[in-house]
Amino acid sequence: MKMNGNQSYDEFIKGIWRDNPVFVQVLGMCPMLAVTNSAINAIAMGGATFFVLVGSSFLVSSFRNWIPKQVRISCFIIIIATFVTVADYTLLALVPKVHKELGAFIPLIVANCMILGRQEAFSSRYPVRLAVLDAMGMASGFLIALLSLGAIRELLGDGALFGVNLFGANFEPWVIMILPPGGFLTLGVILLFFNWFKLKKDEFLAEVAEAERSGS
Amino acid sequence: MTAGGHTDTAAPSSLRLVFTLAIAGLISGIAIIGIYESTLPTITANKARELREAVFKVLPGVSQMQQLVYRNGEVIATEELEKGEQAVYGGYDPQGDFVGYAIPGAGPGFQDTIALLYGYTPQQKLVLGMEVLESRETPGLGDKIYKDADFVGSFGALSVEPKIVAVKKGNKSQPNEIDAITGATISSKAVVRIINETHATWSLRLPPAGSEPPLGETESAGSGESP
Repeated sequence: MKMNGNQSYDEFIKGIWRDNPVFVQVLGMCPMLAVTNSAINAIAMGGATFFVLVGSSFLVSSFRNWIPKQVRISCFIIIIATFVTVADYTLLALVPKVHKELGAFIPLIVANCMILGRQEAFSSRYPVRLAVLDAMGMASGFLIALLSLGAIRELLGDGALFGVNLFGANFEPWVIMILPPGGFLTLGVILLFFNWFKLKKDEFLAEVAEAERSGS
Repeated sequence: MTAGGHTDTAAPSSLRLVFTLAIAGLISGIAIIGIYESTLPTITANKARELREAVFKVLPGVSQMQQLVYRNGEVIATEELEKGEQAVYGGYDPQGDFVGYAIPGAGPGFQDTIALLYGYTPQQKLVLGMEVLESRETPGLGDKIYKDADFVGSFGALSVEPKIVAVKKGNKSQPNEIDAITGATISSKAVVRIINETHATWSLRLPPAGSEPPLGETESAGSGESP
């Protein structure tokens, strides 16, 4: 039972850090780069993706024994597309302003390879509980990645965060940060940090192992 | 193949594959119709409210509006639009007197179509205000056509005769000139061009100043949103 609890925790946490869909797996780049020009857009996109991914993973995992594997991809896409349409109309009805900003990128969640990837690699092979945990972890990781990019870009490119001006009128916005190149620049710097961190961690672990060996 | 959740190793019959996909499609279709039907009233109401707010914004002092269409050579008030007809909106002050028209126009911008609404008074032949309804202009540059208060404000009391001209920032000297936004010349000029083109179409259709359709009984007073 304890084993089980550890595994659940691990399935959830791996999406946030170790296997972060954006920073480690480098998946879902299209929405990642396109809608992160402000923090609020990033949250809306992350929220919509969260809903679609968790919903799809739940259904795919529930029906995994009924879906013949020859047509599994088509079934996954039908399920994902349905959730995307639901998210699309819900956003349009509840927050029309945000929907207008995100525009064509909400229907394009269907084509987010991260979502289909999770269905194929995880949900279609594991029980519902683990599948949902995995989806929640991955979606949270995606949301965190979008938000950090969106916040950095909005802060530098517009001098604001969540639409609240922080630096006053004298701040000259670094406009390129909210234009497409800014997305690539920010993502590049963050990936650099992630890889540097991983390298340092590996070095540290190697040092610890070395010290243990010589000590014993 | 990979081990895991897939229990059926023997190839299933084609009928089963077709059946599975048909069921999936059917359920998905029902779900989509359900969400469409349940959100439609809210979406329609949102659109109507947005339009109303935009009309009140581009026509200062207006608290009531009615939809007008150009049909059989004259502008008449109507609730129902026939296919292919474009509507304009008549704005009236609290006493029910005509103030001006709110005219929607659309055209190509820098990236995608810009849809806007402008207020127009036929008495003085002036544009009274402009509101961008839809656009996908560059964030930080082109989106100043609706975020830059100076640019939006320059459409108050702007002469459309002979036509609006966007000039380099700071060079405005005539009543029909406006300052283009630095770094967003194409977007600024697109807005000006859309208004000019829309005005060219509608100035031929609108009745002479003073004989506008009176406020009808069909749409009564505004819902307390008067500025």
